[in-house]
Amino acid sequence: MPQTITEKILAAHSGRPEVHPGEFVSVRLDFMVANDITAPIASLEFEKIGVGEVFDRDRIALVADHYVPNKDMKSAEQCSIMRRFARAQKLAHYFDVGRMGVEHVLLPEQGLVVPGDCIIGADSHTCTYGALGAFAAGVGSTDFAAAMALGETWLRVPESVKFAFSGARRPWVTGKDLILYTIGRIGVDGALYQAMEFCGETIEGLPMSDRFTMCNMAIEAGGKSGIVAPDALTREYAAGRAQRPPVYYASDPDAAYAAVHEYDCRQIEPQVAFPHLPENARPISEVGEVTIDQAVIGSCTNGRLEDLRLAAQVLRGRRVHPDVRLIVIPATQEIYRQAMREGLIDIFLEAQGAVSTPTCGPCLGGYMGILAAGERAVATTNRNFVGRMGHPESEVYLANPAVAAASAVLGRLAGPEELGW
Amino acid sequence: MLVKGTAHKYGDDVNTDVIIPARYLVTTEARELAAHCLEDLDVNFAGRVAPGDIIVAGRNFGCGSSREQAPLAIKAAGVGCVLAHSFARIFYRNAINIGLPLLVALEAAQGVQSGDKLEIDLEQGIIRDLSQGQQWRSQPFPDFIREIIAAGGLIEYTRARLRREGKLAG
Repeated sequence: MPQTITEKILAAHSGRPEVHPGEFVSVRLDFMVANDITAPIASLEFEKIGVGEVFDRDRIALVADHYVPNKDMKSAEQCSIMRRFARAQKLAHYFDVGRMGVEHVLLPEQGLVVPGDCIIGADSHTCTYGALGAFAAGVGSTDFAAAMALGETWLRVPESVKFAFSGARRPWVTGKDLILYTIGRIGVDGALYQAMEFCGETIEGLPMSDRFTMCNMAIEAGGKSGIVAPDALTREYAAGRAQRPPVYYASDPDAAYAAVHEYDCRQIEPQVAFPHLPENARPISEVGEVTIDQAVIGSCTNGRLEDLRLAAQVLRGRRVHPDVRLIVIPATQEIYRQAMREGLIDIFLEAQGAVSTPTCGPCLGGYMGILAAGERAVATTNRNFVGRMGHPESEVYLANPAVAAASAVLGRLAGPEELGW
Repeated sequence: MLVKGTAHKYGDDVNTDVIIPARYLVTTEARELAAHCLEDLDVNFAGRVAPGDIIVAGRNFGCGSSREQAPLAIKAAGVGCVLAHSFARIFYRNAINIGLPLLVALEAAQGVQSGDKLEIDLEQGIIRDLSQGQQWRSQPFPDFIREIIAAGGLIEYTRARLRREGKLAG
């Protein structure tokens, strides 16, 4: 029976010739990742299982990225728990302050997740790695504990849904806009339990950074996973980086999809998702007059070098509006250093922005830019639920790095075109 | 197994940020999580909820983050069961794993009103609304999920499997 790329990966990892939506399978895992919020519970549950040792020291990454550098004693204690576990188990991939990055940017950068992999992570944005042509899904701490013991997890095979994008992207339209547009069309449960397969000529023209951004937000439509079939760009990305041999899969031409959505990108403007759901996407031309207090550029969604370059392009020679706080967070040490070499950090500082060490920080309302009651932020992050970045009476508007930068300059939601482009 | 209590009804897309805000993710203590359960959606919930009470919701309950602290907070608050039109997938798995009962029941989720007294037979999937004199059925769990529930959660299920494979001492 013809199979989608997702089905092929799950079949290969469950020892079956093929799989079908709705089936329960047990899949062998190539890699798994957890962080300082999820690993402490996972390590406690793991001890209850009683096997003593994890299934494979080389296939587990623990990353201190959410409340790191630690924001208070309790966060420090949680990191201590994670650190002790990593040392006791002699895990090969433990990332701490000064060596870490936001996990979903760090792992692909370091070649720890590769095309063809089957990956779980104790973090909902694990779906990011689907951009490599892998199956990647988020789970909770207890599932993660069981996976550390067994090297496997159970999955219900998802239906695949095709999202085909055609037509040239308009100026300043990035992968972030395409995914916000998509979630705006189908809703926050529009792809519930489904594997979102992004394809079409526009996707083929997207750099890897933007593909990661799109797959990152599959969860925001309720998706189990997101995926982009590997092509020349994927192979180029993996070459010289992948720590294990990549495997390249593709959907059979006559594979079955639960639905096919076709979008003409010539119609798509930069998008802004209004409070308090990621599906509240509006084109930039329809945002009206919305003053902002803070702009955040970073996160697993848009903290990559390409995102910083885009923001710097808008901010070069400009100053942030006097009533706005700009916070820029390069997602990994490598990105931070390369951004320095390219002069991007100087552009952010010259513009009167603040530049932070890699952290998830403000994205989930942790620290490094919390909002007070009545405040508004534009952010390149992935969620804008009530209280997401601070007080329940604050608001978060989701956008791409260029829109966030232009908004920071003008003090209100705005696209780069308002600055003269 | 019967769950008996009062219904607390909410709408669609009750997400994990409102179930347990990130500012409380610095603890895994059940009592602390319970005290802040649903705080950013209904600040009075934690004080009002009684053991055995039921949360009734619309679509996509538990959407957002994978934080297991979300079902943990609900369970620690004494909630006997969550009844909804649909659940987000990571929350669904997490709740099964930690032993927080979930029921998928569209008609019940629509029909029950906040404050109704409910009696739920989890094994049969029967929801009785004593205040309205109505009764509905929930969707049954897939067999595989029933196995995990019957084992007492994922950890016990995993231990049982490892014991069968001779990989656990005792």
